[in-house]
Amino acid sequence: MRSSLISNSTLLILLAALLAPAMQVAAESQFVTENSKAASMKSCVAPTDQMRRNHMDYLKHGRDDTVRDGKRGIEYSLSECIECHASKSPQGQSVPVNDEGEFCQTCHSYVAVSPPCFQCHRTTPDADGGSAKLGHHSGDSNPHQGLDIQLPAGIQRD
Amino acid sequence: MSNKCNQPNMDRRKMIGGAIAATGAMTIAPGVILHAASVSEEASTGADSKHRWGMLIDSNKCAEGCSACVDACNSEHGLEGHDRPATDAVWIRPVKLKDKQTGHENRLVMMCQHCEHPPCVDVCPTTASFKRADGIVLVDRHRCIGCRYCMMACPYKARSFIHETLTDQSVNAPRGKGCVESCTLCVHRIDEGVMQTACQEACSKEGHNAILFGDLNDPQSEISKTLISNNSVQIRADLELNTGVRYLNL
Repeated sequence: MRSSLISNSTLLILLAALLAPAMQVAAESQFVTENSKAASMKSCVAPTDQMRRNHMDYLKHGRDDTVRDGKRGIEYSLSECIECHASKSPQGQSVPVNDEGEFCQTCHSYVAVSPPCFQCHRTTPDADGGSAKLGHHSGDSNPHQGLDIQLPAGIQRD
Repeated sequence: MSNKCNQPNMDRRKMIGGAIAATGAMTIAPGVILHAASVSEEASTGADSKHRWGMLIDSNKCAEGCSACVDACNSEHGLEGHDRPATDAVWIRPVKLKDKQTGHENRLVMMCQHCEHPPCVDVCPTTASFKRADGIVLVDRHRCIGCRYCMMACPYKARSFIHETLTDQSVNAPRGKGCVESCTLCVHRIDEGVMQTACQEACSKEGHNAILFGDLNDPQSEISKTLISNNSVQIRADLELNTGVRYLNL
Protein backbone atom coordinates (compact mmCIF):
# COMPACT_ATOMS: atom_id res chain seq x y z
CA MET A 1 0.00 0.00 0.00
CA ARG A 2 2.66 2.43 1.04
CA SER A 3 4.83 1.62 -1.96
CA SER A 4 1.94 2.21 -4.38
CA LEU A 5 1.31 5.64 -2.79
CA ILE A 6 4.92 6.61 -3.28
CA SER A 7 4.91 5.47 -6.83
CA ASN A 8 1.73 7.46 -7.52
CA SER A 9 3.12 10.73 -6.20
CA THR A 10 6.45 10.08 -7.90
CA LEU A 11 4.57 9.62 -11.14
CA LEU A 12 2.66 12.86 -10.64
CA ILE A 13 5.85 14.84 -10.00
CA LEU A 14 7.49 13.26 -13.00
CA LEU A 15 4.47 14.12 -15.17
CA ALA A 16 4.45 17.72 -13.95
CA ALA A 17 8.19 18.03 -14.60
CA LEU A 18 7.72 16.73 -18.12
CA LEU A 19 4.69 18.86 -18.90
CA ALA A 20 5.90 22.13 -17.43
CA PRO A 21 8.27 23.16 -20.21
CA ALA A 22 5.82 22.08 -22.91
CA MET A 23 2.96 24.05 -21.37
CA GLN A 24 5.13 27.06 -20.86
CA VAL A 25 6.11 27.06 -24.49
CA ALA A 26 2.48 26.73 -25.52
CA ALA A 27 1.44 29.58 -23.23
CA GLU A 28 4.13 31.98 -24.33
CA SER A 29 4.35 31.27 -28.05
CA GLN A 30 3.40 34.05 -30.45
CA PHE A 31 -0.11 33.80 -31.77
CA VAL A 32 -0.21 37.35 -33.01
CA THR A 33 1.30 38.35 -36.31
CA GLU A 34 4.66 40.01 -36.25
CA ASN A 35 4.94 43.72 -36.97
CA SER A 36 1.52 44.36 -35.50
CA LYS A 37 0.76 46.55 -32.50
CA ALA A 38 -0.57 43.46 -30.71
CA ALA A 39 2.85 41.77 -30.92
CA SER A 40 4.24 44.36 -28.55
CA MET A 41 1.48 43.91 -25.98
CA LYS A 42 1.19 41.35 -23.22
CA SER A 43 -2.41 40.46 -23.73
CA CYS A 44 -5.63 41.45 -25.44
CA VAL A 45 -8.47 43.35 -23.70
CA ALA A 46 -9.30 40.08 -21.92
CA PRO A 47 -7.16 37.02 -21.16
CA THR A 48 -6.12 35.26 -24.34
CA ASP A 49 -8.03 32.03 -23.75
CA GLN A 50 -11.23 33.97 -23.18
CA MET A 51 -10.68 36.08 -26.27
CA ARG A 52 -10.03 33.02 -28.37
CA ARG A 53 -13.18 31.32 -27.26
CA ASN A 54 -15.57 34.23 -26.88
CA HIS A 55 -14.46 37.14 -29.08
CA MET A 56 -17.32 36.53 -31.49
CA ASP A 57 -19.87 36.82 -28.71
CA TYR A 58 -18.23 39.96 -27.32
CA LEU A 59 -18.27 41.54 -30.77
CA LYS A 60 -21.85 40.52 -31.44
CA HIS A 61 -22.99 42.07 -28.20
CA GLY A 62 -20.93 45.20 -28.75
CA ARG A 63 -22.17 45.80 -32.27
CA ASP A 64 -25.77 46.15 -31.06
CA ASP A 65 -24.69 48.48 -28.28
CA THR A 66 -22.91 50.68 -30.78
CA VAL A 67 -25.24 50.64 -33.78
CA ARG A 68 -28.57 50.61 -32.04
CA ASP A 69 -27.84 52.39 -28.76
CA GLY A 70 -25.02 54.66 -29.85
CA LYS A 71 -22.51 53.49 -27.26
CA ARG A 72 -19.06 54.18 -28.63
CA GLY A 73 -15.65 53.32 -27.22
CA ILE A 74 -16.89 49.96 -26.01
CA GLU A 75 -14.44 47.44 -24.63
CA TYR A 76 -14.76 44.94 -27.45
CA SER A 77 -14.71 46.83 -30.70
CA LEU A 78 -13.86 45.42 -34.11
CA SER A 79 -12.02 48.55 -35.15
CA GLU A 80 -9.78 48.08 -32.11
CA CYS A 81 -9.12 44.47 -33.19
CA ILE A 82 -7.96 45.74 -36.55
CA GLU A 83 -6.05 48.64 -35.05
CA CYS A 84 -3.92 46.20 -33.03
CA HIS A 85 -3.80 43.06 -35.13
CA ALA A 86 -3.13 44.44 -38.61
CA SER A 87 0.55 43.92 -39.35
CA LYS A 88 2.78 46.18 -41.37
CA SER A 89 4.54 45.11 -44.55
CA PRO A 90 8.30 45.80 -44.88
CA GLN A 91 7.29 48.86 -46.92
CA GLY A 92 5.34 50.17 -43.93
CA GLN A 93 1.92 49.51 -45.47
CA SER A 94 -0.82 48.01 -43.33
CA VAL A 95 -1.69 44.47 -44.36
CA PRO A 96 -5.41 43.55 -44.34
CA VAL A 97 -6.23 41.28 -41.37
CA ASN A 98 -8.06 38.87 -43.66
CA ASP A 99 -5.14 38.37 -46.06
CA GLU A 100 -3.55 34.93 -46.30
CA GLY A 101 -1.47 34.26 -43.18
CA GLU A 102 -2.75 37.31 -41.30
CA PHE A 103 -4.22 37.24 -37.81
CA CYS A 104 -7.96 36.92 -38.50
CA GLN A 105 -7.69 34.79 -41.62
CA THR A 106 -5.29 32.19 -40.25
CA CYS A 107 -7.51 31.13 -37.39
CA HIS A 108 -10.82 31.48 -39.22
CA SER A 109 -9.58 29.30 -42.02
CA TYR A 110 -8.20 26.74 -39.54
CA VAL A 111 -11.60 26.40 -37.87
CA ALA A 112 -13.40 26.70 -41.23
CA VAL A 113 -15.60 29.69 -40.47
CA SER A 114 -16.20 32.66 -42.72
CA PRO A 115 -17.65 35.49 -40.65
CA PRO A 116 -18.99 38.32 -42.80
CA CYS A 117 -17.41 41.13 -40.75
CA PHE A 118 -15.17 42.29 -43.56
CA GLN A 119 -17.92 42.61 -46.14
CA CYS A 120 -18.62 45.95 -44.47
CA HIS A 121 -15.75 46.69 -42.07
CA ARG A 122 -12.38 47.83 -43.35
CA THR A 123 -9.49 45.42 -42.81
CA THR A 124 -6.69 47.91 -42.13
CA PRO A 125 -6.44 50.70 -39.55
CA ASP A 126 -8.08 53.85 -40.86
CA ALA A 127 -5.17 56.22 -41.15
CA ASP A 128 -6.99 59.31 -42.37
CA GLY A 129 -10.53 58.85 -41.10
CA GLY A 130 -12.24 57.95 -37.89
CA SER A 131 -13.24 59.86 -34.87
CA ALA A 132 -9.72 61.06 -34.15
CA LYS A 133 -9.76 63.13 -37.30
CA LEU A 134 -13.32 64.28 -37.68
CA GLY A 135 -13.64 66.97 -40.26
CA HIS A 136 -10.41 65.83 -41.88
CA HIS A 137 -11.31 67.52 -45.15
CA SER A 138 -10.73 70.87 -43.49
CA GLY A 139 -6.98 70.27 -43.51
CA ASP A 140 -6.40 71.87 -40.10
CA SER A 141 -4.26 70.23 -37.47
CA ASN A 142 -7.08 70.76 -35.02
CA PRO A 143 -10.19 70.58 -37.17
CA HIS A 144 -12.61 71.72 -34.47
CA GLN A 145 -10.72 74.79 -33.40
CA GLY A 146 -12.62 77.89 -34.36
CA LEU A 147 -15.72 75.96 -35.41
CA ASP A 148 -18.95 77.04 -33.87
CA ILE A 149 -19.82 73.70 -32.37
CA GLN A 150 -23.14 73.61 -30.68
CA LEU A 151 -23.39 71.37 -27.67
CA PRO A 152 -26.75 70.13 -26.48
CA ALA A 153 -28.00 71.06 -23.04
CA GLY A 154 -26.40 69.02 -20.31
CA ILE A 155 -23.39 67.85 -22.31
CA GLN A 156 -19.98 69.16 -21.32
CA ARG A 157 -17.12 68.85 -23.74
CA ASP A 158 -13.65 68.66 -22.27
CA MET B 1 -22.28 30.56 -34.20
CA SER B 2 -21.17 29.44 -30.78
CA ASN B 3 -23.43 27.12 -28.92
CA LYS B 4 -22.68 27.38 -25.23
CA CYS B 5 -24.17 23.93 -24.50
CA ASN B 6 -21.54 22.20 -26.60
CA GLN B 7 -18.61 23.92 -24.98
CA PRO B 8 -16.35 22.18 -22.51
CA ASN B 9 -16.51 23.32 -18.94
CA MET B 10 -14.38 26.46 -18.64
CA ASP B 11 -13.50 25.55 -15.04
CA ARG B 12 -11.41 22.68 -16.38
CA ARG B 13 -9.36 25.18 -18.28
CA LYS B 14 -8.84 27.29 -15.21
CA MET B 15 -7.54 24.21 -13.40
CA ILE B 16 -5.08 23.48 -16.17
CA GLY B 17 -4.03 27.12 -16.11
CA GLY B 18 -3.50 26.78 -12.36
CA ALA B 19 -1.38 23.71 -12.95
CA ILE B 20 0.84 25.66 -15.34
CA ALA B 21 1.31 28.42 -12.80
CA ALA B 22 2.09 25.88 -10.10
CA THR B 23 4.69 24.12 -12.22
CA GLY B 24 6.88 27.12 -12.73
CA ALA B 25 5.26 29.36 -15.36
CA MET B 26 4.51 32.13 -12.88
CA THR B 27 5.70 34.76 -15.30
CA ILE B 28 2.58 34.56 -17.43
CA ALA B 29 0.12 35.11 -14.62
CA PRO B 30 0.56 38.76 -13.57
CA GLY B 31 -0.48 41.67 -15.73
CA VAL B 32 -2.78 39.60 -17.91
CA ILE B 33 -5.48 42.20 -18.35
CA LEU B 34 -3.70 45.22 -19.64
CA HIS B 35 -5.99 47.97 -20.73
CA ALA B 36 -9.51 46.62 -20.48
CA ALA B 37 -10.44 49.14 -17.81
CA SER B 38 -9.06 52.15 -19.60
CA VAL B 39 -10.96 51.33 -22.79
CA SER B 40 -14.31 50.89 -21.10
CA GLU B 41 -13.91 54.22 -19.33
CA GLU B 42 -14.17 55.97 -22.67
CA ALA B 43 -17.48 54.34 -23.53
CA SER B 44 -20.10 56.95 -24.23
CA THR B 45 -23.48 56.69 -22.61
CA GLY B 46 -25.25 56.33 -25.95
CA ALA B 47 -28.38 57.75 -27.54
CA ASP B 48 -30.69 59.58 -25.18
CA SER B 49 -34.37 60.33 -25.77
CA LYS B 50 -33.85 63.72 -24.08
CA HIS B 51 -32.59 64.90 -27.45
CA ARG B 52 -34.11 64.84 -30.87
CA TRP B 53 -31.61 65.70 -33.51
CA GLY B 54 -32.80 67.57 -36.54
CA MET B 55 -31.82 69.91 -39.30
CA LEU B 56 -33.15 73.10 -40.77
CA ILE B 57 -32.31 73.92 -44.36
CA ASP B 58 -32.72 77.42 -45.70
CA SER B 59 -33.68 77.09 -49.32
CA ASN B 60 -32.79 80.74 -50.06
CA LYS B 61 -29.22 80.27 -48.87
CA CYS B 62 -28.62 77.02 -50.77
CA ALA B 63 -26.36 78.35 -53.52
CA GLU B 64 -26.69 77.46 -57.17
CA GLY B 65 -23.87 75.24 -58.44
CA CYS B 66 -22.51 74.49 -54.95
CA SER B 67 -21.89 70.88 -53.99
CA ALA B 68 -19.88 71.40 -50.80
CA CYS B 69 -22.28 69.43 -48.59
CA VAL B 70 -22.45 66.50 -51.01
CA ASP B 71 -18.65 66.34 -51.31
CA ALA B 72 -18.20 66.58 -47.55
CA CYS B 73 -20.73 63.81 -46.97
CA ASN B 74 -19.01 61.59 -49.54
CA SER B 75 -15.57 62.09 -48.04
CA GLU B 76 -16.82 61.74 -44.45
CA HIS B 77 -18.46 58.39 -45.14
CA GLY B 78 -16.20 57.12 -47.90
CA LEU B 79 -18.92 57.13 -50.54
CA GLU B 80 -17.61 56.60 -54.03
CA GLY B 81 -19.57 56.41 -57.23
CA HIS B 82 -19.16 54.19 -60.26
CA ASP B 83 -20.40 56.79 -62.75
CA ARG B 84 -23.82 55.22 -62.58
CA PRO B 85 -26.11 57.99 -61.34
CA ALA B 86 -29.15 55.69 -61.21
CA THR B 87 -27.62 53.38 -58.61
CA ASP B 88 -24.66 55.19 -57.00
CA ALA B 89 -24.96 55.81 -53.27
CA VAL B 90 -26.31 59.27 -52.51
CA TRP B 91 -26.93 60.30 -48.93
CA ILE B 92 -27.59 63.98 -49.66
CA ARG B 93 -28.55 65.47 -52.98
CA PRO B 94 -29.43 68.92 -54.31
CA VAL B 95 -32.92 69.28 -55.74
CA LYS B 96 -34.29 72.11 -57.84
CA LEU B 97 -37.95 73.08 -57.65
CA LYS B 98 -39.55 75.28 -60.28
CA ASP B 99 -42.88 77.03 -60.10
CA LYS B 100 -44.10 76.54 -63.64
CA GLN B 101 -46.43 79.54 -63.52
CA THR B 102 -44.02 82.14 -62.23
CA GLY B 103 -40.73 80.52 -63.23
CA HIS B 104 -39.39 80.96 -59.72
CA GLU B 105 -36.73 78.38 -58.83
CA ASN B 106 -35.93 76.99 -55.41
CA ARG B 107 -32.92 74.92 -54.50
CA LEU B 108 -32.65 72.64 -51.53
CA VAL B 109 -30.84 69.55 -50.35
CA MET B 110 -32.76 66.35 -49.79
CA MET B 111 -31.68 63.55 -47.52
CA CYS B 112 -33.18 61.17 -44.97
CA GLN B 113 -35.72 63.30 -43.12
CA HIS B 114 -35.34 61.31 -39.88
CA CYS B 115 -39.09 61.03 -39.39
CA GLU B 116 -40.68 60.52 -36.01
CA HIS B 117 -42.89 57.88 -37.66
CA PRO B 118 -40.59 56.49 -40.33
CA PRO B 119 -42.27 54.37 -43.02
CA CYS B 120 -38.96 52.56 -43.64
CA VAL B 121 -39.05 51.24 -40.08
CA ASP B 122 -42.68 50.19 -40.43
CA VAL B 123 -42.01 48.00 -43.44
CA CYS B 124 -38.64 46.49 -42.53
CA PRO B 125 -39.05 42.72 -42.15
CA THR B 126 -35.89 42.24 -40.08
CA THR B 127 -35.95 45.37 -37.86
CA ALA B 128 -32.78 46.50 -39.60
CA SER B 129 -34.36 49.90 -40.19
CA PHE B 130 -34.79 51.48 -36.80
CA LYS B 131 -35.08 54.77 -35.01
CA ARG B 132 -32.62 55.52 -32.24
CA ALA B 133 -33.76 56.94 -28.93
CA ASP B 134 -32.58 60.37 -30.08
CA GLY B 135 -34.67 60.28 -33.25
CA ILE B 136 -32.00 59.31 -35.77
CA VAL B 137 -33.23 56.79 -38.32
CA LEU B 138 -30.57 54.24 -39.26
CA VAL B 139 -30.03 50.94 -41.01
CA ASP B 140 -28.47 48.21 -38.89
CA ARG B 141 -26.43 46.47 -41.56
CA HIS B 142 -25.98 43.46 -39.33
CA ARG B 143 -29.65 42.75 -39.86
CA CYS B 144 -30.30 44.21 -43.32
CA ILE B 145 -31.05 41.52 -45.90
CA GLY B 146 -31.13 43.93 -48.81
CA CYS B 147 -34.80 43.49 -49.70
CA ARG B 148 -35.12 47.22 -50.45
CA TYR B 149 -38.65 47.40 -49.13
CA CYS B 150 -37.62 50.54 -47.21
CA MET B 151 -36.44 52.18 -50.41
CA MET B 152 -39.94 51.76 -51.81
CA ALA B 153 -41.58 52.96 -48.63
CA CYS B 154 -39.52 56.15 -48.25
CA PRO B 155 -41.46 59.10 -49.67
CA TYR B 156 -38.23 61.11 -49.99
CA LYS B 157 -36.21 58.65 -52.08
CA ALA B 158 -33.53 59.01 -49.43
CA ARG B 159 -32.08 55.53 -49.45
CA SER B 160 -29.46 53.87 -51.63
CA PHE B 161 -28.53 50.26 -52.18
CA ILE B 162 -24.92 49.11 -52.44
CA HIS B 163 -24.46 47.10 -55.62
CA GLU B 164 -20.72 46.53 -55.58
CA THR B 165 -18.21 44.84 -53.30
CA LEU B 166 -16.39 47.49 -51.29
CA THR B 167 -13.00 47.66 -49.61
CA ASP B 168 -11.26 50.29 -47.49
CA GLN B 169 -14.46 51.73 -46.11
CA SER B 170 -14.34 54.60 -43.66
CA VAL B 171 -14.51 53.63 -39.98
CA ASN B 172 -17.15 56.34 -39.76
CA ALA B 173 -19.48 54.26 -41.90
CA PRO B 174 -18.82 50.55 -42.30
CA ARG B 175 -20.78 49.58 -45.42
CA GLY B 176 -20.90 46.72 -47.86
CA LYS B 177 -22.61 45.11 -50.80
CA GLY B 178 -26.20 44.06 -50.39
CA CYS B 179 -27.26 46.59 -47.77
CA VAL B 180 -29.43 49.66 -47.90
CA GLU B 181 -28.10 52.91 -46.46
CA SER B 182 -28.93 56.56 -46.05
CA CYS B 183 -27.96 59.71 -44.20
CA THR B 184 -26.98 58.88 -40.61
CA LEU B 185 -27.07 62.51 -39.47
CA CYS B 186 -23.34 61.95 -38.84
CA VAL B 187 -24.21 59.74 -35.91
CA HIS B 188 -20.52 58.93 -35.32
CA ARG B 189 -19.90 62.62 -34.66
CA ILE B 190 -22.91 63.01 -32.38
CA ASP B 191 -21.83 60.00 -30.32
CA GLU B 192 -18.39 61.56 -29.94
CA GLY B 193 -19.97 64.79 -28.76
CA VAL B 194 -19.28 66.78 -31.92
CA MET B 195 -22.51 68.59 -32.59
CA GLN B 196 -21.97 69.43 -36.21
CA THR B 197 -22.64 67.32 -39.26
CA ALA B 198 -20.18 67.12 -42.13
CA CYS B 199 -22.63 68.84 -44.50
CA GLN B 200 -23.27 71.69 -42.09
CA GLU B 201 -19.56 72.14 -41.51
CA ALA B 202 -18.90 72.31 -45.25
CA CYS B 203 -21.83 74.64 -45.90
CA SER B 204 -20.77 77.13 -43.26
CA LYS B 205 -17.18 76.90 -44.46
CA GLU B 206 -18.41 77.95 -47.90
CA GLY B 207 -20.11 80.88 -46.21
CA HIS B 208 -23.65 79.86 -47.16
CA ASN B 209 -24.90 78.70 -43.75
CA ALA B 210 -27.90 77.05 -45.36
CA ILE B 211 -27.81 74.06 -43.03
CA LEU B 212 -28.49 74.28 -39.32
CA PHE B 213 -28.16 71.18 -37.16
CA GLY B 214 -29.30 70.91 -33.58
CA ASP B 215 -31.52 69.52 -30.87
CA LEU B 216 -35.23 70.01 -31.58
CA ASN B 217 -36.07 69.10 -27.99
CA ASP B 218 -33.89 71.83 -26.50
CA PRO B 219 -35.76 75.16 -26.56
CA GLN B 220 -32.46 77.02 -26.13
CA SER B 221 -30.81 75.51 -29.21
CA GLU B 222 -30.31 77.71 -32.25
CA ILE B 223 -32.45 75.45 -34.40
CA SER B 224 -35.38 75.59 -31.97
CA LYS B 225 -35.14 79.37 -31.72
CA THR B 226 -35.07 79.71 -35.50
CA LEU B 227 -38.04 77.36 -35.84
CA ILE B 228 -40.09 79.38 -33.34
CA SER B 229 -39.49 82.68 -35.10
CA ASN B 230 -39.73 81.48 -38.72
CA ASN B 231 -42.28 79.80 -40.90
CA SER B 232 -40.70 76.44 -41.66
CA VAL B 233 -42.21 73.54 -43.56
CA GLN B 234 -41.91 69.79 -43.62
CA ILE B 235 -41.84 68.22 -47.05
CA ARG B 236 -44.92 66.06 -47.55
CA ALA B 237 -46.32 67.23 -44.23
CA ASP B 238 -49.59 65.62 -45.34
CA LEU B 239 -48.07 62.22 -44.52
CA GLU B 240 -47.80 63.29 -40.86
CA LEU B 241 -44.40 61.71 -40.41
CA ASN B 242 -43.12 64.63 -38.29
CA THR B 243 -39.78 64.91 -40.04
CA GLY B 244 -36.62 65.91 -38.19
CA VAL B 245 -35.41 67.83 -41.23
CA ARG B 246 -37.29 71.03 -41.96
CA TYR B 247 -37.05 73.74 -44.58
CA LEU B 248 -37.16 77.52 -44.63
CA ASN B 249 -38.28 79.72 -47.51
CA LEU B 250 -39.76 76.92 -49.51
